[in-house]
Amino acid sequence: MLSFIQSLMNDPEVWDVTLLSLKVSGIATLISVLIGLPFGTFLALSKFSGRSVVLTIVNTGMALPPVVVGLAVAMTLWRSGPLGDFNLIYTPAAIVIAQTIIAAPVVTGLTAAALQQLDTRLQLQLLGLGASIPQMILSLWWQARLPLLAALMAGFGSVISEVGASMMVGGNIQGQTRVLTTAIVLETNRGEFERAMLLGALLLMITLLINYALTKIQQGGARQR
Amino acid sequence: MTINTRNLVWNKPGFWLGFSLTLILAVALAACAPAATPTAAPAATTAPAAASAAAPSGQSNNAGSNNLILATTTSTQDSGLLDVLIPMFEKSSGLTVKTVAVGSGAAITMGQQGNADVLLVHSPAAEKQFMTDGWGKDRALIMHNDFIIVGPTADPAKIKGLAVVDAFKVLAATGAADATKVQFFGRNDKSGTSVMELSLWKKAAVDPVGAKAAWYASTGQGMGQTLTLTSQKAGYTITDRATYLANKDKLQLDILVQGDKSLLNVYHVITVNSDKWPKVNYTGAMTFLKYMTDPTTQDFLSKFGVDKYGQPLFFPDSTKTDADLGLN
Repeated sequence: MLSFIQSLMNDPEVWDVTLLSLKVSGIATLISVLIGLPFGTFLALSKFSGRSVVLTIVNTGMALPPVVVGLAVAMTLWRSGPLGDFNLIYTPAAIVIAQTIIAAPVVTGLTAAALQQLDTRLQLQLLGLGASIPQMILSLWWQARLPLLAALMAGFGSVISEVGASMMVGGNIQGQTRVLTTAIVLETNRGEFERAMLLGALLLMITLLINYALTKIQQGGARQR
Repeated sequence: MTINTRNLVWNKPGFWLGFSLTLILAVALAACAPAATPTAAPAATTAPAAASAAAPSGQSNNAGSNNLILATTTSTQDSGLLDVLIPMFEKSSGLTVKTVAVGSGAAITMGQQGNADVLLVHSPAAEKQFMTDGWGKDRALIMHNDFIIVGPTADPAKIKGLAVVDAFKVLAATGAADATKVQFFGRNDKSGTSVMELSLWKKAAVDPVGAKAAWYASTGQGMGQTLTLTSQKAGYTITDRATYLANKDKLQLDILVQGDKSLLNVYHVITVNSDKWPKVNYTGAMTFLKYMTDPTTQDFLSKFGVDKYGQPLFFPDSTKTDADLGLN
């Protein structure tokens, strides 16, 4: 068993696959935060008609099945699809697009929830003290940093563990779009169950490390409170 | 004095932000709608594709580009053949291959929609239809192995050694009498294996899918997963030999029926017709076809798997004709 783990760790492909997983899901999470943080903040703080409809749509988006997102993105990016001319299908960029669609509602919805549970008087008080709108928002984000980091972790968790969309838009191509989850499916299909399990353990270890770091930041912030 | 103006200030950028993001979402969702009618009038695409900035090496389409999309079956990937063969081909041709391993049915659909440049498939009847309809340009015989019927060692239906159609008849009869004795797992995913299986049921004059027979179940999964499932449930299934050998250690399934001429599993390479789909990389597809029929590659195919399984997984056929293999 030990020699088996060793051979896996010495396999350069395993590291390529792991690195690509981190890169793709990291970028997708980053874009999701760039979309979700402002949009979620807007949903939490503003009042407009139809707001609850938008929130309902966002919250439903949190439950989007990755395989459906994958199919929709694939149909769009295939040569026969409307964006086929960009030649993006079966590239890491295609996976990033699909994963962003999966993670953005998660980050948006949890951001809105995080800010809405703050005391509304805080918002008014900040403005009353002469804070500008951006200053007020930054201050609200700081106040809600614990649930906001949780939103980040949930977004990352939803895409690093996702397989349906990556398989469909990436194609699980060796050396190009094979990520950890699709590699696990392939090894399972090949009956290489130990290898699949070890890749799964590797995936868990990585998410554990990342979440440990984020939790450390989160709880460090909590103690100062 | 100011809450009103502040609200105005806030609402203005916020509104536009929200508006634009909702718009992006709407566009993303709407973008999927036209794709729902994929095969609509391929002739309409004869206008050269507009140059797109994102196209690799600045080309307006894939014709003559370095990317080649190969749609193939799960058996060629699950057996490990492509992991060795594709890097060899990339090295010799300088092309970057995007291999998409799906069932033969899905691979052929990808060809019809111009979403693949070249196919490596094993579903002769569907392939012939594909060629007749003009979706494919060239078709070359590459290799074969065979299908085998596997089941538990105890073989409760006693089909071991029977001729294939008789074996299917016995399975159906035994299953109909006592579904606890026989469970047959079919894939029903339009893969080459599934098409072969269904044609055998037809020959045996049984329709387990249509009749929703209690002894028959559809897995809808690839060959590797279907074999695992069948082994766990101590059932029967039909598989290509390559996937069976690759998974053999993990399975408690024996080969029960083999060697019948009608069980041949024949692989062809088909280039997608670039007259129908101008975006198709025909030059690359032809390079792949020539590479696969090359004597050196054919020699490699005949040796693939021997070191690991003690027998070859595929038998090269480029010098033969369809008729030699009993296909008409």
